[in-house]
Order: sequence, then C-alpha cells, then structure tokens
Amino acid sequence: MNGADQLCRDLESRFGHAVHRSPCLGQCDRGSAALITRAGSDPERFVLAPVSADEVAKALSAGTVPTVPRVGASANGAGAKIVRRMNVADATSLASYRQHGGYQALAKAIEIGAAAVIAEVSAARLLGRGGAAFPTGRKWDAVAREPARPHYVVCNADESEPGTFKDRVLMEQDPFAVIEAITIGGLATGAERGFIYIRGEYPESERAIAGAIQQARAAGLLGVDVSGTGQAFDIEIRRGGGAYICGEETALFNSIEGKRGEPRSKPPFPAQFGLFGKPTVVNNVETLVNVLDILIDGGDAWSKTGTAGSAGTRLFCLSGHVVTPGLYEIECGQTLRHAIGVAGGIPNGRALQAVLLGGAAGTFVGPDALDMPLSFEGARAANATLGSGVIMVFDETADLMDTLARIAQFFRDESCGQCVPCRVGTVRQAELLQGRDPGSGIRDPGSGIRDPGSAHHSAR
Amino acid sequence: MSHDEISFHLPPPAALIPAPPAVAAPVMVPLTIDGRAVEVPAGATLIDACKTLDIDVPTLCYLETLTPVNACRVCVVEVEGARVLAPACSRAVEAGMVVKTRSPRVDLSRKLVLELLGSSVDLSTAPGLSGMMHEYGARPDRFQEVLGSPSSVSSVAQPVKIDNHLYVRDYGKCVLCYKCVEACGTDAQNTFAIAVAGRGFAAHISTELDVPLPDSACVYCGNCIAVCPTGALMATPEFELRQAGQWRPETQAVTDTICPYCGVGCTLTVHVQDQQIVKVTSPFDNAVTRGNLCVKGRFGFEYVNRTQSD
Ligand SMILES: Cc1cc2nc3c(=O)[nH]c(=O)nc-3n(C[C@H](O)[C@H](O)[C@H](O)COP(=O)(O)O)c2cc1C
Ligand code: SF4
Ligand code: SF4
Ligand code: FES
Repeated sequence: MNGADQLCRDLESRFGHAVHRSPCLGQCDRGSAALITRAGSDPERFVLAPVSADEVAKALSAGTVPTVPRVGASANGAGAKIVRRMNVADATSLASYRQHGGYQALAKAIEIGAAAVIAEVSAARLLGRGGAAFPTGRKWDAVAREPARPHYVVCNADESEPGTFKDRVLMEQDPFAVIEAITIGGLATGAERGFIYIRGEYPESERAIAGAIQQARAAGLLGVDVSGTGQAFDIEIRRGGGAYICGEETALFNSIEGKRGEPRSKPPFPAQFGLFGKPTVVNNVETLVNVLDILIDGGDAWSKTGTAGSAGTRLFCLSGHVVTPGLYEIECGQTLRHAIGVAGGIPNGRALQAVLLGGAAGTFVGPDALDMPLSFEGARAANATLGSGVIMVFDETADLMDTLARIAQFFRDESCGQCVPCRVGTVRQAELLQGRDPGSGIRDPGSGIRDPGSAHHSAR
Repeated sequence: MSHDEISFHLPPPAALIPAPPAVAAPVMVPLTIDGRAVEVPAGATLIDACKTLDIDVPTLCYLETLTPVNACRVCVVEVEGARVLAPACSRAVEAGMVVKTRSPRVDLSRKLVLELLGSSVDLSTAPGLSGMMHEYGARPDRFQEVLGSPSSVSSVAQPVKIDNHLYVRDYGKCVLCYKCVEACGTDAQNTFAIAVAGRGFAAHISTELDVPLPDSACVYCGNCIAVCPTGALMATPEFELRQAGQWRPETQAVTDTICPYCGVGCTLTVHVQDQQIVKVTSPFDNAVTRGNLCVKGRFGFEYVNRTQSD
C-alpha cells in the first residue's frame, strides 16, 4: 500500500536476483520495509523501514549495522499497562528496567511459590494472545501436574501472521519483560529450560533479546540458581527460518528439534507431549508479558480491566488506511470504531470500505461492524476473530479483490504441504482468485472458491 | 574303527517351564459409531474401532504397518462436540465418543480431497481410487471448467525418473502420502534415503540433495514400492510391461513361497504372467516380513526366468 511495489522494482533494477519479495516483514506500522543481509564471514542482518532503494544501497556499503529509530506503542483507555515502559525505560539496560518496576513480578513469584503463581494466572482469566484464546492458567496447571520430566517453556515469538507486529515491538522495546515472564513461567511449571523462537525476519528483536538474556544471566536472574531460589532456569534463542507454519505450536516444536516444520496431529497436546515429547508450556510473547502485571496487581484485580469474557488489555496492530499506523494498547471491550479513532481515523476524509481483523487468517468486516466490541466474545458474536490483534483498515479506494488474491497467494506459498486440503486447496483458491478480471468479483463463486475453504476448515 | 555309542543325550526336561509374564487385560473403551455401540482396547484408533464393526472408511495415506501421518484426509469422520473433523486413521478412541462416519460434512470433505488430488495428480494407476471418486461424486474436472484451460490448473505432472535398473519414480502420480518415507525410515528399513523436500504445492519426495537414486543411500529393498498407493513407485518390469500395454494382472498367477536366499524365511508372493515372474511382493500381515523384503527377495528373480543355455 505504501509504495512497496515501487520499492521492489527499484531494488530489483539495482540488485537483480538478490532481491526477494516478502509478503510481510512485520513492519506494518512503518512500511515499506526491507530485510537486508550483508554477506560475509560474519553476516549481518538488519531491517530498514520505511526505506528507499538509495538507503538500502547506502546501508549495504556502510561498515556497520545502521541504527533504526525505534517506534514505540501508544496506550489508550485504561492507561498504559503492557506498553508503559516503552519510550520511557532504556530497553538495553537491566538497571533501567529495574528502575521502572522490572523484576518485581519475579520476586513476587518466588515469594508466593509456583502453585500460587498458577492460581493468580487462572484467577486473572488470561486468554492466549497468539490467536487461539486458550486459558493460560489451565495450560500452566496442566504442565505443572505432569509427572514426566523435564518440562519446557517455549515463548512463541514467530509472529508471522501478516499485519502483526506487536511481539516485535515488545521484544525490541521491553526485552527484559519478555525474559522475566518466561522465567516466571519456567519456575511455575517446573521447567529448567526455556526457548524463545524468534521470527527469522526480526534480527533487531533477536539482538534485543540476546542482550537481555546476557545481562539477566550476569545478574543471576537466569542460570543454575535463579535469584537465590536454588532453582535452575535458562533461556535459549532459536531463530525461525521464514516459514509461517512454524508459528503453529507443534510445527514450532519440530523446528526447534531440527525436524521439518510441519504441525503434528493433536491430541496429544503440548501439555502432555510437546517439545522433545515432554510436557511443554507454549505461549505467545504478549500473553507472557501480561503475567507480570497479573502477579503485581493480583489476578482478581487484574481481571477487573476488560470485559467479563476478555480480561485485560490487548495490543492492536493498526495498519493500512489510518492516519497514524502503529501499535496501540486498548482495553478489551472498546469498539472497533474507537480503535480506528485512536489511530487518527481514515485519512483524507475517505469512507471506510472494510477492516481485516486478526490477520490474513482472520476475517473481513464491513462498516456495519464498527460498533463491535474488541473482545473475544464480541468478535465471536460478529462471526469474526481478533486473531493476533491485527486491525488492517481499507478505505473506499482499496481493491479488496486484489487483497484477497494476495492473501490466497500468501497461504499458497506458506502451506507446509503436509495435508491435501491445504497443499492443493490453497492453490486452487489462488488460481480461482487470480483468474478473475480486475474488478469483476470472484468468478462463479458457487463453483469452487468456498469449497476448498470448507474442506480446509474441517481438516485442522 | 569302533562303533562308539552315539554320545548324544537329550537335555533333561526343565523342572519348571517359565510362564510368560502375565499381561493385564486391556482396558476396554466404549464408544458409539454410526449409532452402534462398540468396545475396543484403549489406544486403538477410530479406524480400528470401525473395522470391528465392519464399517468401511476410505484411506489413502494409512497402512496397518506404518505410523499414521494423517496427511491425505480422506478418512475424516465427525466426532460429536469437536470443532473439526477427525482423521479416523490416527485419532485414538476416547470413552463416550460419538462418531459419525458418514454425514454431509464428511462426504463433502472426502469429495473435495478426491477432487483436489484428481485435479493435480495422475491417479490412473491408483487402485481403488476411481471407485472412491464415484462413491463421493467427485468431479476433478470442475476446476478446469471454471478456470478455462487445463494449463491454468496447476498439477504435479513431470517426467518419470528412470535412473536405475530396478524401479522407476513417477512423481506425477505422487499424492505425497509419506508412506515411502516412513517405510524407508523408522517404520521399516531405517535407511533414510528419501524425505519430503520443499513446501506447499512444491513439496515432493526427494533423495538427499535430489541426487539420482544410485548416488543416494538407497539399498533397493523396494519397501517403498510396496507401500505406494498410486503406482508412483513401480518396479521396472511392471513399468515396462505397462508402457508396452502388456500389463495384465487378471491373467497373473499369484503364488506364495519362501525366499530361497537366506535363513530368515521371508514369504514371497510371486506374480507370474506368461511364464515369467513379473513382480514380487510380501503379504503385509505376514509375521516375518510385515510386507517388507530386501533387494534379493524383491528383485533377485532374474535367474528363475533364465534357462541354462542363457
Ligand atoms: C498456522 C498457524 C500459525 C500460527 N502462528 C503463530 C504465531 O506466529 N505466533 C503465535 O504466538 N501463535 C501462533 N499460532 C498459535 C499457536 O499455535 C499457539 O496457539 C500459541 O502460540 C499459544 O500461545 P497463547 O496461548 O499464548 O496464545 C499459530 C497457529 C497456527 C495454526
Ligand atoms: S528402496 Fe528401500 S532404501 Fe530405497 S528408497 Fe525405497 S525404502 Fe528406501
Ligand atoms: S511416492 Fe508413493 S508412497 Fe511416496 S509419497 Fe508419493 S504416493 Fe506416497
Ligand atoms: S488415511 Fe487418514 S489422513 Fe490419510
């Protein structure tokens, strides 16, 4: 939307085959973006956004990794909770994190003990922010009770749903919070090792998290004896290889195990048979970070924010036709209209055509859905999903059929290929959408386009 | 030379014949399938349960001797209370499950899987598939009807790989059921000569670095050929006879015998057409082979077809 096509053409004319088009680099708040690899014995990878072909050339010939101004997040409504340290604390310094309340939650967790931590998380009614909205307390409790050892904690930072960038901003702007939350998850569920699986296109996040882990280790907050508890816990980073499907939890386990990134059949579920076949907690970055405030506020008090069915706040990734695209923390239950308003509304006085909620795997809603509350139950009532918190706005000038064709292309490219409905069905969907004349709508909608979707829907 | 008594004595009878360790009776799990109650041992799959009731569930990527991969999805059934359909070949039974093996949703899903495969893969040598297509009313051609030309319907059509004397790999017929990979891997042969490479529609079966078979780890046991449900993997004699239009299974005599090569005693099923051995297989339910053979048993029959003067 923001000149990505022009950028790609400019880059291709300069660098030829070294340029590879990507459907989404998770920089939707500041596109167009480029992920650049400077080859060599010690290759360097970095993302520039927004960027021009000239800037890419300059960055490639320079000797150092350029520093990109980091864009923070804004809060609204219930006040900044998750995002409160962003742009305030120094994200690269443990001391600064501590000055701004960091590691109080871990201290609290150690003080009250594992069982009480899980009780608080359950009382908070925290639901997973990775898309499936599963109760986190129940997940932790199930793993804690499993007799098989060892247990693992995995932080899902693969964030590859197009339109999503919340986990990237969290990792870059508040990496210690992510590390602290994983540590709490480990102590609460009896794990000694945690993994954070970071999307391959997020070199900046990887640097931030690696730096935070190092400092936490040096301060005894990770390692053989976490904060004098006598309990061991440490975190390893795994970098994704650019496959959307590896964000699915069981494909992610396979990937960490060095196997082909294909989802496994469930059941058995990760709580019983997860990473290396052991009981495993797997949570999204944002889900985990919420645990810090749950411990500090107390589960009951924390759950007073939001709605009855959706406690707390959520990070919404606003992009597309809004005045100020970006990450916004909004209390669950505020309306879609409110969220679009927070991002400055639609520019140039244009009318709204549609909103893509929840990412490429989400749902389109029309202007009639503007008063839909942004809560799990509100979305469900409107037959929509909040998915990973994507709110992609399309004004009246957008070609939605083109967007739909791109989404179909995305799923065609990102199918792992294991199951027939997806491997072939996504191809047929893409063909049916691409074969159409511009502006003509779907060809013969009765005869095909919905069918692969329904088989796919029934399959996984 | 004196006639010594033969100094051979039978061992004394064992004072106590050790009894096999007691096996606990399996825990039986009750469930309902198509309105009929059934009890099967815990750990059984839905397809096992269906078999005890003689309910037929179509399968493509499933085989009794292999670990289920649930890739094809033709075996899906409806489990009451579940959001998605369940693959019968791998879903373990749970007490109180209520299962429907036929419903509009199940039939639509099966029909679509068959249409998606039929529109992208050459199924001409896949036994049983045309019957399945018919039963579910699958019309693989309908995509072409909507999209206009055959060329706008992507398929996996490609030249046959002929790079050795024993078998061919015709991946234009591959439904990517993973059976060959499993047979070559931990389910039987433990050779790991082939695996799935690429992703999405480009996913395919490949040797390491896509080298020709003779340069790969392959030991030519042919256990992959035995499990392939579509004829994508085919022993050379059958392939050549088919090419020549002379493959006539209805005229073939099929005889079980024991492999002459070593002391393992594998059961060979010898397929004879016009006084020539044209194929060797082994029964999947055979206690010795479970359908697997080695290169000698599967391919070493040339000498039988020769006369002494050859
Ligand atoms: C195709 C697919 C892609 C997914 N990608 C992601 C992802 O990028 N990040 C994520 O956190 N969860 C993703 N999920 C959801 C995970 O499987 C899992 O539910 C989640 O990590 C659990 O964490 P939560 O309970 O904290 O949400 C994906 C699921 C599917 C089916
Ligand atoms: S012939 Fe045997 S070793 Fe060779 S690919 Fe097939 S299963 Fe593997
Ligand atoms: S070659 Fe045959 S056995 Fe192997 S995946 Fe393809 S269809 Fe299945
Ligand atoms: S037979 Fe069950 S998924 Fe293929």
